[in-house]
Amino acid sequence: MMLKSLTLLAALTLAPAAHAIEYRSVVPAQSRIGFEFTQMGVKIPGHFKRFTAQMAFDPAKPESAQATLEIDLASIDAGSPEADEESAGKLWFNRTAFPRARFVSSRVRALGNNRFELSGTLTLKGRSRPLTIPVRYVPGKDIAFFDGSFVLKRLDFGIGEGMWADVETVANEVTVKFRIAATGK
Amino acid sequence: MIQRYTVPAVVLHWLIAGLIFVAFPLGVYMSDLPLSPTRLQLYSYHKWIGISVLLLAGLRVVWRLTHRPPALPGDLPRWQRAASHAVHGLLYLLLLAVPLTGWLMSSAKGFQTVWFGVLPLPDLVEKNRELGDALGSAHQWLNYLLLALVILHVAAALKHHFFERQPFLQRMGLGK
Ligand code: HEM
Repeated sequence: MMLKSLTLLAALTLAPAAHAIEYRSVVPAQSRIGFEFTQMGVKIPGHFKRFTAQMAFDPAKPESAQATLEIDLASIDAGSPEADEESAGKLWFNRTAFPRARFVSSRVRALGNNRFELSGTLTLKGRSRPLTIPVRYVPGKDIAFFDGSFVLKRLDFGIGEGMWADVETVANEVTVKFRIAATGK
Repeated sequence: MIQRYTVPAVVLHWLIAGLIFVAFPLGVYMSDLPLSPTRLQLYSYHKWIGISVLLLAGLRVVWRLTHRPPALPGDLPRWQRAASHAVHGLLYLLLLAVPLTGWLMSSAKGFQTVWFGVLPLPDLVEKNRELGDALGSAHQWLNYLLLALVILHVAAALKHHFFERQPFLQRMGLGK
């Protein structure tokens, strides 16, 4: 009886360990938050170099996953030094007043095939808007990736006001592409 | 009989001249503007016009290589003959080199060129800040050289036409 429960205990603690990894530590060096905007019909890629993220994702219980992401807007590479500088101004991010963008997840829906739908709130330039992001989970040996891409309308957040509100010159749609790398602990 | 360039050569000559007459001042004006939608629009127009020049100049060079230009007047001094060949040769080179450096600079600075917003041109060089700045200076200096040669070219044509009373403007299709 004693032996039996010991084996059971061992089975419970050891066996699932191989599967029940929970991804909790984001690896910034292998993660990337990029975007692409369109200027006079020409696509310009950019990215953010600094961000912090907290997450918890258990492949066995994806619906209880959580993610919070904070982007340091000063770390932007918007394609050229002039654009980086311009983006800080009042008409764009108004970075002195709103230095960071923040996403907080509220719900995860599993779509099957390692695909998920992450819903949450994006706060940018003092405006909070609901956002639903498709995410693909790419399992790996020690590190897993969470990839996705979605289209954001910059004017929903007042990014590019005044003369820049003209979407003929800089399109309203900005494609955000990300890859978040995380390890399980 | 008045010696004339062929009709395609004449059409290309004046089309290219007209486009450069717009692209050049536009280039000078736009690069001093602060960043604004207007500046972005003018940059695009400048690039579209410039690529059109590149295309037409390519055709022009091919046409020139396959067709003999009309002979120069027999009494033209030797040094003027030599100078004319040298300036024309350099002008052909610059008609290609000026827009080419513009295109390459744009690529190196990370801005693809999409001709008239429709035809994407390949980026022949990778994005690279130093290279972009170097190509930018090259574009600028080749333009100043182009301007100097165009002034010389126009002055010489007018001198032959009006002072020596040779039908030089007719050679390039002007007048009867
Ligand atoms: C015959 C054709 C062209 C002419 C006569 C021309 C002329 C000029 C001139 C005079 C400038 C101002 C230089 C300065 O003072 O800084 C300029 C700038 C410029 N050109 Fe062109 N250009 C031509 C073709 C092109 C092409 C094909 C492109 C790109 C596809 C291009 C891209 C640019 C850019 C981006 C600048 C601004 C550089 C800066 O921001 O400093 N150009 N051009």
